[in-house]
Parts: sequence; structure tokens; C-alpha cells
Amino acid sequence: MTVRPPLAMLAELTHRCPLSCPYCSNPLDLARKETELSTEEWAGAFRQAADLGVLHLHLSGGEPASRRDLEELVATARGAGLYTNLITSGIGLTERRLRALDEAGLDHVQLSLQGTDAAMADRIGGYRGGFDRKMQVAGWIAEIGFPLTLNAVVHRQNLHQLPEALDMAVRMGARRIEVAIVQFHGWAMQNRAALMPTRAQAEEARRIVEEARKRLLGTLVIDFVPADYHEDFPKSCMGGWGSTGLNIAPDGTVLPCHAAQTIPHLSFDSVRDRPLREIWYNGAAFNAYRGYDWMPEPCRSCDRKQIDHGGCRCQALALAGDAGATDPVCARSPRHAELRAKADAFAAGSDETLTYRSFAPAEPA
Amino acid sequence: MTIGPASVPVLPRGVRLHHDRVRDTWVLLAPERAIRLDPIGHAVLCEVDGTRSFGAIVAALAAKYDAPQDRIAEDSRGLLTGLLNRRMLELTE
Ligand code: SF4
Ligand code: SF4
Repeated sequence: MTVRPPLAMLAELTHRCPLSCPYCSNPLDLARKETELSTEEWAGAFRQAADLGVLHLHLSGGEPASRRDLEELVATARGAGLYTNLITSGIGLTERRLRALDEAGLDHVQLSLQGTDAAMADRIGGYRGGFDRKMQVAGWIAEIGFPLTLNAVVHRQNLHQLPEALDMAVRMGARRIEVAIVQFHGWAMQNRAALMPTRAQAEEARRIVEEARKRLLGTLVIDFVPADYHEDFPKSCMGGWGSTGLNIAPDGTVLPCHAAQTIPHLSFDSVRDRPLREIWYNGAAFNAYRGYDWMPEPCRSCDRKQIDHGGCRCQALALAGDAGATDPVCARSPRHAELRAKADAFAAGSDETLTYRSFAPAEPA
Repeated sequence: MTIGPASVPVLPRGVRLHHDRVRDTWVLLAPERAIRLDPIGHAVLCEVDGTRSFGAIVAALAAKYDAPQDRIAEDSRGLLTGLLNRRMLELTE
């Protein structure tokens, strides 16, 4: 199989974040500040990524603004020829820092939205005052003229705010909005009972998005991530394992997707030890689920295998106990009925208690 | 929104042409999107400078490639309308 160069790289600059969203995609075992790559190490990784063929660099976290050297990292990435996208909650950005990011050549800002009012957003984000601050940051973003994408994560507790989120995006002058129904990885797995939308809600969300796409054609581009558990076909996770993109964790571990470390039998390389090019083409974790040879039935002889690549490996592990199984979201998986029942049971719950993300207590010295 | 001869197309901030040295091709980079450009697409977008009208762009391309204006207008309008709908292009007039 010929492996093509990657198009996109997500750099999780840090796991630190003032917010503590209960669906955060960061792993349960958050990386501490002491383990983070230095400015020079990130710079080296960016240059290697550009040489490898990466076009888009997503600067993410945690909250990337928690890194004091963010401005310098953006300048380096632009210097290397990468398109730089900042994925932020807005907290930690000031007008001065945004102007410095502008100077550094930042191409685009993606601002996360936990809710459309302070009551909802601050409860979900677990950070009082966060919403008001975010609105202030959005004002500066518009003033400076950064192109903006709003990133609305929706679930059972805030799906009723979806129409307002779309209106907000238009009012803020965003060109795009990503409406993502919570995906159950990382911390979200701890909160399935509190966040799982009902099937009816999931359908309603799709209808709202389809209507808005027509109404707002040429004004607002809407990307939609449906409620995976209620679908009949899985998402094409990462556009195919090891085919289009890669992630780098705060400590330099290079991952085929952000949840890959939940698969216990995989071993990962670090940019601290091995050139990125070698990791991409020869790394054991990248080759584990590349292409189609690893596939079991029903995927192996399925006409959709080039479309969804058998779904998500991390989800197959979490739901079927085997990372090499067909994603149970698929109606052709023997485990689909079981998942469907589970999803409906989670959605029917009335417990709204959230488990917020947090750092594990420090190990005793 | 339709593109007429007097429309002045412009690539908004955050959308830019980039030479992809690894794949040896021109691409148009935008948030979450990279569009690989064929030589015609690249030629059209090179003419988009935010000051010249669509009519002027078509005339320039027709002269440069010695091709009928109608064909050029149709092809470029298709490309630019697609970009317009995806918020990767704006019209100033
Ligand atoms: S999902 Fe929430 S907690 Fe996690 S990094 Fe984003 S803003 Fe921070
Ligand atoms: S059987 Fe496998 S390849 Fe076919 S649709 Fe389901 S997950 Fe995709």
C-alpha cells in the first residue's frame, strides 16, 4: 500500500486549560506542564511537518493560550509555510495577545462555544465568567479581522440552544460554524448518561442544520458532526487511520488520532526520539490500522470500506473490546443492536450530574 | 449571489494561494479546506486581485490563452461561485 503524506497536523500544545468541559477530548491522564515540549522542540516539529507535506496546522490543547510562547510558535509555523489555525476557548487571550498573534501571521481562529448564554456556558465549561470573557474576545477577533469559525459542541443539555448558536455565529461575523454533537471519547465517556442526546433530538439537530444550510448559503458554512451512537453508519474517523492527519500530544508523543493512546497494545513514538517522517511512514501505531488488510468481516468485503474505513478504532475498543473490530455504530456490526439499546438508555436518563475533567492528584513524592 | 461582469472578486483574509512543494501543485488554503488547483483554476485565481472586475479577468484570460471568452467566463464563473458559496471568496461590488 502506498502511504501518502499527511495534510493536517493537530498540535496539542498543552493539556492545561482554565475550563473543565465534561466532554473534553483530552485523555483522562492529562499531561503535566513539566512534560510539555519546549518552544524549540515544537518549532522543530512544525518544520518537519511542513517538509513532510502538512498544509494545515491546528494549534490546540487544552487551551493553547496557556502557553506563553504561543505567539512565537505561530510565527515559526507560518515561517515554515503552514496554514495556522488556533483552536481556543478564548480564555487567556487578551487584546494585546491577539494583536501579537495577528503580527505573527495567524491565519484563522476557531472559538469554542459551550452554550449560548452565561448560565449554560459557564456550567458546562465549569468556569464562572467564561462566557462574558469569550464574548469580549470574540469582539476583539472581529475588530482585528481574523476569519472566525465557531465551534459549538452540543449534547442533551444544550441542544435546544442550537438555533441561537447559528444566529450568534452570523451576528459575530463568523464564516463557519462547526456543530458537533458530542463524540464519546476521553472525558465524554464518563458523562454519557448526562450528555447523550435522545434520538429525536439528534434528528431535530440534523433538520435544523439542513434548513440553516439552505437559508444561510453564502453567509455561513455549516459543518455538522452527527450523533454517532444514533447513526447507522460510522464516521470516517480521521479520514482513515494514518492516511490524512496526525496529532502530537503535549509531551511530543505522535498519535494517529487524539484517543489512540486508549488502545493498550499500540506503542507510540515521540518527536523527541525519532524524526516525524519516520514515525509517519514506519511507526508501528500508524501502520497498525492503515489501509484495509487489518479489517475483519463484515468490513473486509463491504462496499463502504473506502468511505468510512470501518469507523473509529478507539470506539471499537471502547464498545466492542477490540480495536480491530467493526465500529459498533455500523448497522452491519453484530454489536449494533446492543449499542442502540445502550444509547437509548443513556439518553433516557434524567441525571444531569457532570463529571468535569481534572488533573489526577499529584503522585506522592 | 451571482457573479456578473462588473463584480469584483477578492480572496478574503484566511484564504490564500499556496505552492505545495511536496506534491508539486498549487492549492487554495482556507479554514479546514485545501483545494488542489489545476492549471486553469490557478490561472483564474492569479487574476483575482480585489481590484479587477470579473469581466476584465475573463478578457485577460481569453487574450492570454487565446480562448473564446464565453468558455472562459463559464469555467471561471463555476469555480468562483463554488468558492463564494463556501465563503472562500467575496465580491466587493
Ligand atoms: S474541551 Fe473544554 S476543557 Fe477541554 S480543552 Fe477545550 S475548553 Fe478546555
Ligand atoms: S461494515 Fe465496516 S466498512 Fe461496511 S459500513 Fe460498516 S463499518 Fe463501514
